[in-house]
Amino acid sequence: MAVPRPQQILLPVKPAYIAFTITVALLLNLLPLAGVARWIRPDFIALLVLYWSVQQPHRFGMTLAWVLGLVMDVAYGTLFGQHALTYSVIAFAGFVLHRRLRMFGLVAQFWHVLPLMLVAQALLAVLAMAKGGLFPGWEYFLGSVFGALLWVPMCVLLRLPRVPKSDPDQV
Amino acid sequence: MEQSTPPFFKRGPSPLTRLSFFALVSLVMMTGDARFQYLELLRQGVAAVLYPLQRAAVAPIDAISRIGEFFVTQTSLISENSRLRQEHLANSAELQRLQALTAENAYLRKLLEAKERLAGSATTAEIVYAERNPFTRKLVIDKGRQDGVRAGQVVVDDTGVAGQVTRAYPFLAEVTLITDKDHAVPVQSARTGLRTILFGTGEENSLEVRYLAESADIQNGDLLVTSGIDGTYPSGLPVATVSRIEHNSGYPFARVVCTPSAGVDRNRHLLVLTAPEKFPEKPAEPAEAKQPRTKTRRGAR
Repeated sequence: MAVPRPQQILLPVKPAYIAFTITVALLLNLLPLAGVARWIRPDFIALLVLYWSVQQPHRFGMTLAWVLGLVMDVAYGTLFGQHALTYSVIAFAGFVLHRRLRMFGLVAQFWHVLPLMLVAQALLAVLAMAKGGLFPGWEYFLGSVFGALLWVPMCVLLRLPRVPKSDPDQV
Repeated sequence: MEQSTPPFFKRGPSPLTRLSFFALVSLVMMTGDARFQYLELLRQGVAAVLYPLQRAAVAPIDAISRIGEFFVTQTSLISENSRLRQEHLANSAELQRLQALTAENAYLRKLLEAKERLAGSATTAEIVYAERNPFTRKLVIDKGRQDGVRAGQVVVDDTGVAGQVTRAYPFLAEVTLITDKDHAVPVQSARTGLRTILFGTGEENSLEVRYLAESADIQNGDLLVTSGIDGTYPSGLPVATVSRIEHNSGYPFARVVCTPSAGVDRNRHLLVLTAPEKFPEKPAEPAEAKQPRTKTRRGAR
């Protein structure tokens, strides 16, 4: 039987912090890259949607994920709803999995995140191909693999500002 | 068991309900966007909000390239300068010839009482970024509605046609390249005058002429220029050269593969052509001939 890990009590998340992380992820998604970097760049917004819907399932909901998807649709010039649908599926999976995922260590979470990212990107590809796009080749899915690899550093980084400065156990 | 949930446990509709709702709305929006291009106003609004972020994302890369330019060595500048001077000399000779030809052409056109072509101005634009969407071939340039760029305008570089503006945002515009799978350019062979249509293939450096009969007079190395009969592309701009012709006896048409003339992958600057040529209105059909036709149409309905 899995024993729940002892969890550190973290500071509450401020809405401004979520907004800040979203802005940074948008900037990373909009960076103009060429060559190999273009193929392996993960979808940072997708990762962030998953992270916040696992961490704050009652604050970061499907509505916000859907709106972010619309913004990405404009940024990438895709059909309205293509990213929106994908991100709401990710937010849904994050909500369903949030209790389960938090029981696992960060490395074990990787094996949850990888298939989820691949499914999300496959959904994007199917939606684009339904409109008449060509299959872009298997390297298209490299972005998801690198995204899943980034999950662990991202979790550590996003957790840092929420660690309380003084240890509450030592008075 | 009949007890209802206390109000403080209520969290709205279940996640699955919400997902189905959003999925349905997304699918409806996608169909609407693909078929009817409504919601363009929403797209414009979001694009305007997104603009500063897009600029901010491009800024560091711009800065790096500027710093790189600053450290260009003197020798490379000298060699470039001499090369440009030679090109300038060659071009000026061509230009003089062109001026004479333009004057002669204008005179001949006047003789023919043909309408003088609109000179048409051009706006220089810089590529901001190539769109990340791997399913299409599109670019984003730094001129938008504010600079008079409109959807439908033709984009060229120094060697040929690059594409067409498909969406104009307030400060940016989206250019669909001629290599995009859904893009077609009406062209004409410069050697024989054969008119045909050039389609993009979705691959980087390849275009295709479809539906050209096996017996058509086309050869490797033929230059294809815009024919201008569509009213969108001005005539005479180089588009592509034929690079390979495949004859397949099982297929009624020859497979003609072409290489685009424009070097879209190499350049940073493009030219957006304004004021496409105006065509005269389609002449009205004689009233007598028109009458019975509309009647039969109504009857068919």
